[in-house]
Amino acid sequence: MRLVACNAAVHALGLAPGLPLADARVRVPDLAVADADPAADARLLARLADACDRYTPMVALDPPAGLTLDITGSAHVFGGETAMLTDLGRQTMRWGVEGQAAFADTPEAAQALARHADLPVTDEAGAIHALPIAGLRLDPETVTALRRAGLRTIGDLADRPTAPLAARFGTAATDALARLLGRADSRLTPRRSPPALRVDRRFAEPIARAEDALGVIGDLAREAAVTMDARGEGGRRFAVRLFRSDGATRDLAVETSLPTRDPALVLRLFGERIDGLADPIDPGFGFDLIRLAVPVLAPLAPAQLALDGGEARDGEMIALIDRLGTRMGRARFRRLVPRDTHIPEQRVRALPAVEACAPMPWGEPTPGEPPLRPLHLFDPPQPIEVTAEVPDGPPRCFHWRRTTHTIVRYEGPERIAAEWWRRADNAGLTRDYYRVEDTSGRRFWVFRNGLYREKDDPRWYMHGLFA
Amino acid sequence: MSHSVSLKALRRKVAALERRPAAVPAARAALGVPAIEAALGGGLARGRLHEIFAATPGDVAAAAGFAAMLAARLGDTAPIVWLRQDEAERTAHLHAPGLAELGIDPARLVLGVAADPLMLLRVAAEIVRCDEVGVAVIESWRQPRPLDLTASRRLAVAAEASGVTALMLRVDAAPAPSAAHTRWQVAAAPSQPLEAKAPGFPALDLTLLRQRGGVAGQHWRVEWDRDARGFAEAPLSGVMVPLAEHGSAAA
Repeated sequence: MRLVACNAAVHALGLAPGLPLADARVRVPDLAVADADPAADARLLARLADACDRYTPMVALDPPAGLTLDITGSAHVFGGETAMLTDLGRQTMRWGVEGQAAFADTPEAAQALARHADLPVTDEAGAIHALPIAGLRLDPETVTALRRAGLRTIGDLADRPTAPLAARFGTAATDALARLLGRADSRLTPRRSPPALRVDRRFAEPIARAEDALGVIGDLAREAAVTMDARGEGGRRFAVRLFRSDGATRDLAVETSLPTRDPALVLRLFGERIDGLADPIDPGFGFDLIRLAVPVLAPLAPAQLALDGGEARDGEMIALIDRLGTRMGRARFRRLVPRDTHIPEQRVRALPAVEACAPMPWGEPTPGEPPLRPLHLFDPPQPIEVTAEVPDGPPRCFHWRRTTHTIVRYEGPERIAAEWWRRADNAGLTRDYYRVEDTSGRRFWVFRNGLYREKDDPRWYMHGLFA
Repeated sequence: MSHSVSLKALRRKVAALERRPAAVPAARAALGVPAIEAALGGGLARGRLHEIFAATPGDVAAAAGFAAMLAARLGDTAPIVWLRQDEAERTAHLHAPGLAELGIDPARLVLGVAADPLMLLRVAAEIVRCDEVGVAVIESWRQPRPLDLTASRRLAVAAEASGVTALMLRVDAAPAPSAAHTRWQVAAAPSQPLEAKAPGFPALDLTLLRQRGGVAGQHWRVEWDRDARGFAEAPLSGVMVPLAEHGSAAA
């Protein structure tokens, strides 16, 4: 067993990652050790990244233990870069983590400065030149080769022509150098794409009551509505993130079927959402930042006024379904949408009502025919025992749910072939469907799964019930 | 002396409280069978709560079919909300092409699936209160505890206020006191065979178990004509002559 990571105090004792645990114990007998848990580390890092969303939406993970923030255009909110660093230092202390932070013109330079430079950095260019080669994050062989050549700092490399370096140490080294020095384009990939619209409210003193938080969400929704109204747009999804002062975050989201910007509606949906939560929101020591984001905006014309004054009340039912769906779960209200297939159990797709926007046309049934498709469909079909003529006679009677049904009327077969073109082996059994009626007048939809030439002993199934 | 006066005042007050918009006669939707129209006083009342019982658990499709047929008959474009429970939807899906075959455009339908009877009734109360809904079908299996007289009265009042026709579909349940306007029992009936002994149009045995302010106990056999969105009287097969009519007030 070896040391994987150690804190500053242990570093000061002269121990470093990579040292066998036994050696470390010999040197420091009362060393406190814990098993490495990379998954938990990743979770912690993700949680910290969520908490860092307060500074900028452009937060990128730099595993195993780094975060890179693009603070272009957001530092002034905190009173400048240095003030932002101070705030970050205060926050990380509150979150219970130790960290080093540095900023620079390129992500790579910032990462290298935070890891290897003496903080705080006053002269950025000089500090970068003084960085050790390890700051380039190259593979160990290249680092060793560079060291052997007497190149120990970034400054040693920076002033040399690129071509001979690339020839000797590989293009990976020169590319890394170019990115670090800002000679080549270097981009961050944020964890989530920035929303189309975002409004924040930060508090000097954390607020500790969920009701107050809901009130703030209402204010934010009104603020967002003004912006969206000016742009002639609305949102179908609204996401709220509550930043707790101890670094924990809580996400809430609501959806609507139609684009909206009505603050009252959004607030009511969030109210429903909070009421319907299985685990209530725990404000802890209070929230110090609340953010409302609208990930995607859609065109929404200005609201029409009704003739007798006030906005026209339309889509009341849709709003109700949205509201109930927000409380009970979005999949609880469904719209049935047709799919282009003949296989009965795959014919219908049940979409959450908030997702299905435009109604899809269903074919008209054939006039003059009795219903050819059942009202209730069993999925999967239920196996039944059937007496029928071999090979392809109609069923005479069948046994289902502990009852024997004698068939007096039947129609069929309606032959539905398997979708062989969708399958790699071009196989699949043909189904012969019969509409049957028993002595008591109940109507069923049964089928034989496979023809006798396809299968030795095809089974029969109950697939649906007619009215 | 003053006692009787205050009592009178109190009675007037109570009478004023009890006077509900129920006094307004409901709009009636004719079902297409003159005998049923006569028994119902013009047709099925819109904006009321009606109960539909499956005669036996095996008649579930017939009862659900009757609810779907009524929904198709009552509204032409208004949305239909069909509420079920997880359990029922797991057993058998409500099949959209089958609804289309009965005359309902599935695009009009919103299917709500509740986790338990309590959620079902809560959602139903909200849906029935929304006047944009045309017909609400509330499908409930067995005898859930929350579905009592109070719950059904709440639905009935909401339906009267909003004008939504609420159809309470009950499977595997025995009729219990409720605030419903009418109560039907539905069983599958042998259809009139088509060519080559093919099963014909959906045939149902309907029994009007109860009617608020009207006679009940009549029995009809009807056939559903999807193209006309209407019922037609089907001849009772065998020797069955409509016996119930002898006992009805029409005699």
